[in-house]
Amino acid sequence: MTRYDDLLASVGTTPLVGLPRLSPSPDVRLWAKLEDRNPTGSIKDRPALRMIEQAEKDGVLRPGCTILEPTSGNTGISLAMAAKLKGYRIVCVMPENTSEERRQLLRMWGAEILSSPAAGGSNEAVRVAKQVAGEHPDWVMLYQYGNEANALAHEEGTGPEILADLPGITHFVAGLGTTGTLMGVSRFFRGAKPDVRIVAAEPRYGELVYGLRNLDEGFVPELYDASLIDSRFSVGPRDAVRRVRELLELEGIFAGISTGAILHAALGQAAKAVKAGERADIAFVVCDGGWKYLSTGAYEGTIDEAEDRLDGQLWA
Amino acid sequence: MAIEVRIPTILRTYTDGAKAVEGAGGTLSALIDDLEGNHPGIKDRLVEDKSGSIDLRRFVNVYINDEDVRFIGGLDAELADGDQVVVLPAVAGG
Repeated sequence: MTRYDDLLASVGTTPLVGLPRLSPSPDVRLWAKLEDRNPTGSIKDRPALRMIEQAEKDGVLRPGCTILEPTSGNTGISLAMAAKLKGYRIVCVMPENTSEERRQLLRMWGAEILSSPAAGGSNEAVRVAKQVAGEHPDWVMLYQYGNEANALAHEEGTGPEILADLPGITHFVAGLGTTGTLMGVSRFFRGAKPDVRIVAAEPRYGELVYGLRNLDEGFVPELYDASLIDSRFSVGPRDAVRRVRELLELEGIFAGISTGAILHAALGQAAKAVKAGERADIAFVVCDGGWKYLSTGAYEGTIDEAEDRLDGQLWA
Repeated sequence: MAIEVRIPTILRTYTDGAKAVEGAGGTLSALIDDLEGNHPGIKDRLVEDKSGSIDLRRFVNVYINDEDVRFIGGLDAELADGDQVVVLPAVAGG
């Protein structure tokens, strides 16, 4: 279907594209789920719309309401687009060390931005948002880290779409942030095709982001259930940048930096399958396009230079 | 047997400020005991007693060659010479 009543109705149903040049052999293939094809250009349109619709259904979100959300960017942008079309006011709490493009886009879609300190990254955004929510009890915090509608969007959307396009799927690889994508897609496959291996790629940032005051300030999203994941990898900016450039160089896909981290983990699974002499169809998520990250310097100069520039930034 | 262990900012009070230290051990558990010998107090920040059995603390993530140890045996995860271990506090994404 290519005709929709409005933009919101066009969320999801994204293409799955083969990567013949990056795939190691005809028996071990990589497939990219192009989530940048969503209305605001990222996978977050799925959970954002789903969380808003659920809150409306529950009667929590009513005309005239203000939405509040801690976000490093994409979820805020998706929520702001939906909020604009539906007539809600939206306030986003965002770490200072996020790209300028994300801020500009948020403002264009009408979001008000409250900045949280760079040190501590999204943990601080969550802390500040919870504090603001306490001061404004009438505001509605959808809270992507603990909202089941986030995972549900993937359990009922992303997962079934991938299985329909790739019935022989053996691995699913996605980024681990709120954990919503992995939790939802895994729950779907655990029911529909339990032998699919669920692999998480987690961005490893510079030290600034881990500069918490104490370990007890650490954060594990309420949605996270480790039993739904089979392996989890930490990918630093060097591998993420290298892979995101290969993706463009070999397959023509211009993706955001976090997708490079996911591709790195996917290629690791591919190498393992080749070594074991096993067939594999590995689907991974292209979270967004690279447009919002041009100013980070990840796409120019040497890998060393890009790695240096990304230090301290929230690049995923 | 030398294993490089990368220490997060928050735990460097135990390593005299060193970002990385060397340790030894055939499993993560043995490595942590070895670290405790050279950097007293660090073990208690990494693991805790959970109803009789020792486990990693909730907000501590440990990776062997970039793979989260919780999916490869936890404290029993095997180590070999030349492996790199990274310790990080759990942080939010999204």
